[in-house]
Amino acid sequence: MKQLVILSGKGGTGKTSLAAAFAHLAHENPAPVKAVLADADVDAANLGLVLRLERLETHDFTGGSLAIIDPQLCQGCGICEQVCRFDAVLLPSSNGKGLGGEVYTIDPIACEGCAACVYQCPEEAIRMEPQTAGQWYRSESRYGPLFHAELKPAQENSGKLVTLVKQQARLAALDGEYPLLIVDGPPGIGCPVISAVSGADLALVVTEPTVAGIHDMQRILKTTAHFRVPTLVCVNKDDIYPEGTRQIEAFCQKHGLELVGRIPFDEAVTQAMMNGEPVTSYDPESPASRQMVAVWKNVATALAVWPIPGKSKEMS
Amino acid sequence: MRIAVASGKGGTGKTTVATSLALSLAAEKSLPPLFLDCDVEAPNAHLFLHPEFEEQREVGLLVPTVDEARCTHCGKCAEVCQYHAIAVLGKKTLVFPQLCHGCGSCTALCPEKAISETPSRMGVIERGTAAAGISFARGVLDVGEPMAVPIIRELKAWARSEPGQHVIVDVPPGTSCPVVAAIRGADYLLLVTEPTPFGLHDLRLAVKVARELNIPVGVIINRDGSGDAGVDEFCAAEDLPILMRVPFERTIAEGVARGQTLTEIHPEYAERFRQLFADIVGRASQ
Repeated sequence: MKQLVILSGKGGTGKTSLAAAFAHLAHENPAPVKAVLADADVDAANLGLVLRLERLETHDFTGGSLAIIDPQLCQGCGICEQVCRFDAVLLPSSNGKGLGGEVYTIDPIACEGCAACVYQCPEEAIRMEPQTAGQWYRSESRYGPLFHAELKPAQENSGKLVTLVKQQARLAALDGEYPLLIVDGPPGIGCPVISAVSGADLALVVTEPTVAGIHDMQRILKTTAHFRVPTLVCVNKDDIYPEGTRQIEAFCQKHGLELVGRIPFDEAVTQAMMNGEPVTSYDPESPASRQMVAVWKNVATALAVWPIPGKSKEMS
Repeated sequence: MRIAVASGKGGTGKTTVATSLALSLAAEKSLPPLFLDCDVEAPNAHLFLHPEFEEQREVGLLVPTVDEARCTHCGKCAEVCQYHAIAVLGKKTLVFPQLCHGCGSCTALCPEKAISETPSRMGVIERGTAAAGISFARGVLDVGEPMAVPIIRELKAWARSEPGQHVIVDVPPGTSCPVVAAIRGADYLLLVTEPTPFGLHDLRLAVKVARELNIPVGVIINRDGSGDAGVDEFCAAEDLPILMRVPFERTIAEGVARGQTLTEIHPEYAERFRQLFADIVGRASQ
């Protein structure tokens, strides 16, 4: 089973639109490839919005634990406040409640769950309480199973949830003998991205010819190189700033990176999103769809999942 | 006044709005604002405000170093570490710095006092002066490092505003801990969205974060006219003020692609952003 991850560095370059198109093209084209899908952007999961889902399973995700101070046991010594490096222990005077303000309290948003206070409280008045930080789902989409999740707002551990979603997707792919796992990655280069990249056989970086897009493309390319994941690049909205596209081409050439496609700006992409469909199924003849087919062909070839031996037919 | 500019979904125009707002204020106020680029994974505001950095500081966490001569491999450190960043395997104690949150628990609780702490670099924070006299500071996470939050925290503590200086914070996309670290302490949250199903979905989540943190929110619709009415309907139902609309226009998209702010593409936006600011000041004080 091969694992493809779609990344960008900068948000909003078209990762999800392309992931949805790949799901459709893998499923429908003359040489279909059975694929499991995973949405690794657990902060803002959008892939399901264009795949017409039926949700089959919902599971709680227990993230980290948070400290809780028992007001009955707290003697107000303040050791917890001294040992906490995250400013998460609120002074008795600042708990804002105005009632019985002689004990310390924990700010649940600032608490990182390190438990330093728990181990160092002389009264054993602090305990850790596991938190439900979100949920993960198994759904059936038009184009195969989708694993996705929703982190509760303002929660930590998004990397851990990404790892969980991917693990579940991998297991399903192995069980069902799917040759491909397509992972729609999060923006950025930090913890959830590292979780999304781990174990990937190939990364596709979707960039756009804007100063910000090019800057962040370079950061995500350094990240995939750091984790030694082979990486291809494609340019979305390539006609919005031709000078930027030239810079991307030059950069790729200089660093020996393969540019596997140039997708034009096309209002059909937004129209398809509003219709809840991948653009390649909504408007297969649109300029963006045609180029996405070409990108898919290159990516699938690089992954060696297409053409399938004995079934190879030229994709239109 | 401290205004954070966030979005949930990436690529909706946070940095365009934040930099344009900063330039508009700088042109009018005697004290130009402080701009904090808290998107340390993908920082872009410098591409629009062109700062000259005068100071740089390395940022990291204090991670444990084990003195094997004193370590008895009792396993207390591994027991207290909530992040599995330290493990005892037979006669060896291993530290995994990238999992460490720098809480100091293992160091404090080692019965042999065999653990000391050493700084481990995760990125840098930088500050200087940008276009129109704007005080500019940003954090940059090193490639391969997972944790953005400590850098955002250090950046905010280091780059403090002068009395009476307004602060504009460029927030990373998403809804999890780096977003919270960037937004905390803001007087007002501007959410930039686009009128599409993805924009709406992520706006809903961003509004939940704002409510969790108890910060007043206003919405800016970017690329107005390119999608549907879902965002408008949501804002009406949730009683969220729509403070500005930036139309979907190829000229704007091309200008931003080249590295221009809205005020450079269309100078009349400077006045619109100053009105936006006045509007926010009024709403935040309510």
